[in-house]
Amino acid sequence: MSILVNKDTKVIVQGFTGKEGTFHAEQCLAYGTKIVGGVTPNKGGQEHLGLPVFNTVNDAVKNTGATVSMIFVPPAFVGDAVMEAADAGIELAVVITEGAPVRDMQMAKAYATKKGMKTIGPNCPGIITAEECKIGIMPGNIFKKGNIGLISKSGTLTYEGANQVCKEGFGISTAVGIGGDPIIGLSYKQLLPMFEADPETKAIVMIGEIGGDLEIQAAAFIKENITKPVVAFIAGQTAPKGKRMGHAGAIVSGSAGTAAEKMEALKAAGVTVVVSPAEIGKAVKEALSK
Amino acid sequence: MNIHEYQAKQIFAKYGVPTPRGIIANTADEAVANAKELGGTVWVVKAQIHAGGRGLGGGVKLARSLDEVKTLASEILGMTLVTHQTGPEGKLVQKVYIEEGADIKDELYLGVVLDRAKEMPIIMASTEGGMAIEDVAHDTPEKIIKVAVDPAIGFQGFHGRELVFGLGITNPDEQKKLISFASKLYKVYMDNDAEMIEINPLIKTGSGDFLALDGKMGFDDSALGRHPDIEAMRDLSEEDPDEREASEYGLSYVSLDGEIGCMVNGAGLAMGTMDTINYMGGTPANFLDVGGKANAETVAKGFEIILKNPNVKAIFVNIFGGIVRCDRIANGILEATKLVDVHVPVIVRLDGTNAIEAIEILRNANIPNIIPAVDLADGAAKAVKAAKGEK
Ligand SMILES: Nc1ncnc2c1ncn2[C@@H]1O[C@H](COP(=O)(O)OP(=O)(O)OP(=O)(O)O)[C@@H](O)[C@H]1O
Ligand SMILES: [Mg+2]
Repeated sequence: MSILVNKDTKVIVQGFTGKEGTFHAEQCLAYGTKIVGGVTPNKGGQEHLGLPVFNTVNDAVKNTGATVSMIFVPPAFVGDAVMEAADAGIELAVVITEGAPVRDMQMAKAYATKKGMKTIGPNCPGIITAEECKIGIMPGNIFKKGNIGLISKSGTLTYEGANQVCKEGFGISTAVGIGGDPIIGLSYKQLLPMFEADPETKAIVMIGEIGGDLEIQAAAFIKENITKPVVAFIAGQTAPKGKRMGHAGAIVSGSAGTAAEKMEALKAAGVTVVVSPAEIGKAVKEALSK
Repeated sequence: MNIHEYQAKQIFAKYGVPTPRGIIANTADEAVANAKELGGTVWVVKAQIHAGGRGLGGGVKLARSLDEVKTLASEILGMTLVTHQTGPEGKLVQKVYIEEGADIKDELYLGVVLDRAKEMPIIMASTEGGMAIEDVAHDTPEKIIKVAVDPAIGFQGFHGRELVFGLGITNPDEQKKLISFASKLYKVYMDNDAEMIEINPLIKTGSGDFLALDGKMGFDDSALGRHPDIEAMRDLSEEDPDEREASEYGLSYVSLDGEIGCMVNGAGLAMGTMDTINYMGGTPANFLDVGGKANAETVAKGFEIILKNPNVKAIFVNIFGGIVRCDRIANGILEATKLVDVHVPVIVRLDGTNAIEAIEILRNANIPNIIPAVDLADGAAKAVKAAKGEK
């Protein structure tokens, strides 16, 4: 078991024949991901990496039965690509591209939600169910199979966290990089209950950052709904107070989104909060030996 | 990207958002000429910097004669303005905006910003505008009216009614004017991919008109590509020169006041590295994210920028390669030692993609002040020691 994706998940790639799309699709195939084709407009009918290319997501879904799409299109086309996937009945879109305009993601996310499609990202490393299915750009070899679920805003801290968990002799069930953009798809609050329900997952590592209030929402959710042990790290305790312009940011959130604030909220919810990412592995070990 | 008040007001004017008349000046003489051209008897001399709180900091002054315009403009031009939004180092004033003095009856607040929780823009308004708006929001949040606008339907009549009734505005003529003001401002926000617009104060004049007396705008950097007119408003002198140089090489750099230079891939791990240094008793000298496309050239540049800071006593290179390949970073470190005088110990932790090759490259090069580390904790501990001059 795992969450969202496994060895049987059929995946297509939007932006399949581009440089990034090609390189990472190859890596995912080598990992064992069941990529069944891809989409590049005007290249429909061709073959790429030994797989069929389609002009539209609709064609790709009809012909391959794919349920997940990994998106590598350039930033200006991300919104369009996400909406196309949602329209074609894709169940989960994993958006790797960095630098998508916020307004486009706002529209796309609203439409995806309406169509019942889940989204991960944008600007994220993707999702991996260890030793079964990698949909993204993470180095697959550091994710050994095991019982720890991982959720992280930061790409490189996903690797750091997973690596430490594995070095302590544990492994990963599923790891999800949710991205840190202003508008993202699945967040802690939606992923935590999936890990809670997954019999394979015994503990959850949650890695956050300064800014926004997703971690605060997660803390409230954990307190009420999560029984499995949670270990958290919030990056940015030593980040300088940013120079800013205007008052609007401070007024809208009602909170400064500092690391201290988030750490307090998580502690109060019973989460083991570590002050350095170097402590994640040890904290998981302790949490599981209790 | 942020722009100046006078530029924001140019955009407002294009959309019919009413503002006082004003002209930008680079010198005191220009300021006087502008005041003459505007006419009238009262002018306001306003420092143009990318920060708020100018009024409280002494950067906004009223002049009642052309002589006074000249004196105030020469005082404000060239001053380093320190406000609660500039940071302690302040900002150098290079331009002043000369604006006709307005007849202020009431000061309101109006802003548009993305509400991340609602995932849509939100219009915020208050009758308690002016220089203490953050206190108002903190102490009496009920005095801030918030109306979220779903972009799928755009600004509708009911949004306007929620605003004016929320603010307690009962005069139908004023209601109409303010609703039209807000709907135009929403359009400015959406059309231009703004990240934030703020008018504080939005004033009601003695004759019952509404005017934007201040204007602050920030934009979504990811969308600038489709707004060349806004990109042309960029004022490079407002940006930190080291940060700018770094960004030209795809590096994201922020200088801090500690002793350990940091070079890391990914913003999250970069912050996590700074936190770990701090936790182990050291102090980070900078934040530096080499990004996903790091190569030998960018790494060398990173070293150069870090070493410009005379406080740096050691450098910690912490790379967890995903898309970044560690062998490229290792070659970059070797390149850097040829191009710049790396006179401080460099602690190197390389993990992930091609780490084994990378460690081999560094070992073969045999450079004395490069100290290998096995993981984050080991690297941070060694960097803290090295910065203290211990072995
Ligand atoms: N054209 C004008 N006529 C009369 N008074 C003005 C004018 N422009 C500004 N002022 C006064 O100066 C004060 C400060 O100016 P402004 O709001 O533009 O700058 P600020 O201090 O940077 O703003 P903030 O406090 O929102 O950061 C205003 O609140 C207003 O009272
Ligand atoms: Mg103001």
